[in-house]
Amino acid sequence: MLTLSSQLNTYLIIGAVLFGFGIFGLIRRPSLIGMLIAVELVLSGASINFMAFNRFLAPDPTVGQIITLFIMAIAAAEAAISLSIVIAVYRNYKSIEVEDLVELKG
Amino acid sequence: MNPSLFSPEGLAGIIFLILIVVTMIGAIIATCTQRLIRSVTGLAVCFVGVAGLYYFLNSPFVAMMELLIYVGAVCVTIAFAIMLAEPDESKLARKIPGLSGGLAAICGGSVSFALAYAAVNGQWMAPAAQVNDGSLKMIGRSLLTTYSMVFEVISIVLLVAIIGSMALARSGRRKN
Repeated sequence: MLTLSSQLNTYLIIGAVLFGFGIFGLIRRPSLIGMLIAVELVLSGASINFMAFNRFLAPDPTVGQIITLFIMAIAAAEAAISLSIVIAVYRNYKSIEVEDLVELKG
Repeated sequence: MNPSLFSPEGLAGIIFLILIVVTMIGAIIATCTQRLIRSVTGLAVCFVGVAGLYYFLNSPFVAMMELLIYVGAVCVTIAFAIMLAEPDESKLARKIPGLSGGLAAICGGSVSFALAYAAVNGQWMAPAAQVNDGSLKMIGRSLLTTYSMVFEVISIVLLVAIIGSMALARSGRRKN
């Protein structure tokens, strides 16, 4: 139990569970911001996988860390863009529920 | 071999187990609570746990970046958006997650199980030798040599994201 931190499988399973939580939240949440939170969970599960392979299997252990930094940058950009879209949608519809956003008129 | 509970390795193992529990509890809070502000808090807790896992993976720099960017910036931005676009709490309370909750649990559980099964049963080849130690100095060197083009492109992406989010959030304001 106490040597779990030096095994590859531990990290891969944690990453898979976080990814599954992300999919779960993505389907279950009725609002746009909740879905964004679930997407962040999916991205962090992917980052954990990259970091685990980087630590245990990569010949060059800087590659996974750099990819994780790029994932963070992409996630920050994605959060900024989608939150401003959410706010623009809220101004027009007074709601951020997915079921209320059924018109395509501008 | 199993280290004793009070040796340094044993204490590190206990801290690792605590980090796993913190990550999982954060993920559960982030997905299962009804109010959005609570799920942002759960997301922050989950990211603190993930930062600890990165520390165990020999990369304290990425762990600190995780704390700074995710906990410090992304979660706070989402909290601001929740305050600006206040969701209808009465509507949220009325909606019972019945069928969609069960469907979501089945989908998430099966995806997670499939990934974990593939990960555990895969044959991973250990590398013959590592060319460097993966320290911060090496990260900086390869960011400025091998990955310099990607580095510049990602800075352009961030610039476009900033300008685009300002333009998007501004255009609605003029109409009202």
